[in-house]
Amino acid sequence: MLYREAGQFKSTYAADQQLFPILQDRIAVLALLVVAFVVVPLIGNQYWFSAIITPFLVLSLAALGLNILTGYAGQLSLGTAAFMAVGAFMAYNAMLRVPHMPILGAFAIGGLCAAAVGIVFGLPSLRIKGLYLAVATLAAQFFVLWAINRIGWISNYSSSGVITAQRMEIFGYPIEHSRDKYLLTLLIVAVMALAAKNLMRSETGRSFMAIRDMDVAASVIGIPMMKTKLLAFAISSFYCGVAGALYAYCYLGTVEPEAFTLDLSFRVLFMIIIGGVGSILGSFLGAAFITLFPIFLNFISGWMEALLRVEMSHAVVSNAEAMIFGGLIIFFLIVEPNGLARLWQIAKEKLRLWPFPH
Amino acid sequence: MSFFIEVVAGGLLAGVMYSLVALGFVLIYKASGVFNFAQGSLVFFAALTFVSLTERGWNLWLALGVTLLAMVVVGILIERTVLRPLVNQPPITLLMATIGLTFVLEGASQLMWGSQPHGLELGIPDVPIEWLSQQWNINISQFDLFAAFVAGLLVAVLALFFQKTRIGRALRAVADDHQAALAVGIPLQHIWAIVWAVAGFVALVAGVMWGVRNGVQYALTFTALKALPVLILGGFESIAGAIVGGLIIGAGEKLAEVYLGPFVGGGIESWFAYVIALLFLLVRPEGLFGEKIIDRV
Repeated sequence: MLYREAGQFKSTYAADQQLFPILQDRIAVLALLVVAFVVVPLIGNQYWFSAIITPFLVLSLAALGLNILTGYAGQLSLGTAAFMAVGAFMAYNAMLRVPHMPILGAFAIGGLCAAAVGIVFGLPSLRIKGLYLAVATLAAQFFVLWAINRIGWISNYSSSGVITAQRMEIFGYPIEHSRDKYLLTLLIVAVMALAAKNLMRSETGRSFMAIRDMDVAASVIGIPMMKTKLLAFAISSFYCGVAGALYAYCYLGTVEPEAFTLDLSFRVLFMIIIGGVGSILGSFLGAAFITLFPIFLNFISGWMEALLRVEMSHAVVSNAEAMIFGGLIIFFLIVEPNGLARLWQIAKEKLRLWPFPH
Repeated sequence: MSFFIEVVAGGLLAGVMYSLVALGFVLIYKASGVFNFAQGSLVFFAALTFVSLTERGWNLWLALGVTLLAMVVVGILIERTVLRPLVNQPPITLLMATIGLTFVLEGASQLMWGSQPHGLELGIPDVPIEWLSQQWNINISQFDLFAAFVAGLLVAVLALFFQKTRIGRALRAVADDHQAALAVGIPLQHIWAIVWAVAGFVALVAGVMWGVRNGVQYALTFTALKALPVLILGGFESIAGAIVGGLIIGAGEKLAEVYLGPFVGGGIESWFAYVIALLFLLVRPEGLFGEKIIDRV
């Protein structure tokens, strides 16, 4: 009744091709942005900002980056955390070594360095495909962490590679409170998500999808294989790099190389699988699920202890949580292999017909 | 010169240990096209169960038998509950499912047996063979040699099983072509259950060997990561590839560590194996013994 495009006539090409062609979608997105930018900062508290929303946004950005590479261009990668590490440590170096470096510039430099590293580790994709490529990208994961640990210059010769994020400032306004950090993250994520959404429906995005669907056919119709694949790696790594920088500056504050282990790569991969491969919205849904679920489990186990009046040891709880987490992922893959984004699509179809389903 | 031989031999024998883990991957990939990331956790699960049983005073062979039984049951359970509902999904989904499985397996094994590290003794000392070190001044561990022997035996048994038995032939048929195998009346799901059971058995062997070497602890799950470069080097579908790949990676890694490591600050074993594998892959994208990829439009 409420959600349908009937009666919304488009009289110009621009109106026909806009990002959200349905009026209700536009209203919903706008409302969401207003809530995120205005309402949440007003009602949120320290814990919510620093422990839940900011990591969720940062990891959404990383998932978005991986989704560009895996979901749109079809190149499976297990090295996401490595590109995030490059972004974080290079942003740190930019701030450290360039006087009067604006923070956004440092993030951009972190992203660009990650993109360069991504291109280098994307080179094997020209020869190898599928799962072989996935395993090959593990090389990035291990090599980058090794390099950060070994090369003192990267972490400014601190012990065991730990860096502390410098003070952030935008146009003289210091960003110290967790709410300000949240707003900065939100701004960057929103802009980059919009850019990704647009990019994926441009020529570049279409050529990515052509390569994903069948690379031989794509090269036959004249899509330059090398340029497109490396571009996919570069864009994806740029997103991951910026996400890594935000991870360090807005979420953790003090980072060691071990924050970016294979575990993080897997978590980001889980996000896009559960959220939906090849969907911008899916990256956000997946990130929300993966970041919120362990917190939720923690609550549950706390309640269980209070309810049953038994003291469970920490090891038992964490093992049980791991089991439930893994089991739930398997369950999700079985019932909805296309992810949460697909559920949302189905809901939209249903809404369109509601309340007269015929 | 004797030092060089010692390094190479040590590397080759270490490579055999990698091959042991890689074998489990290959078996499952060949038969069902699933890249089973949980193999490392299976190894951990098997080793932990075995060592916990022996520590409770069980007879070695009884413990081995019970663990084997447990592995078979786990393998069949995994096939039933995880992979059967996911038939015909894209490989990435299957890969993710097995990564989810690693959480379940690791959680379950630590929940059952606790998470403290254990030592494992089989009665074969990890000391250099005497006459070799006296005569040629080459130090080769007795246990490494034993592990290599076990790996050889395992491959021989598997080869016999695949070549000579009825089930083995059915397995190879399934590996070649699922649909054709179904058409001639091979029960696909039984075969997959058997493959998972066999992979569980291989995991047990690998787990015991690695357990003696490094102790049974959580780090054992990372053996899977050690086996991955071996896999892409040898090809996902080839048992011979797993062995040869393991030998190349083992020897290459040791040589690089000894002769290259000092120049770049050491610790390169975490990624050097991948570099070796990548170099090979640039020449042969499907691995040394993998099936040739033919692109059709």
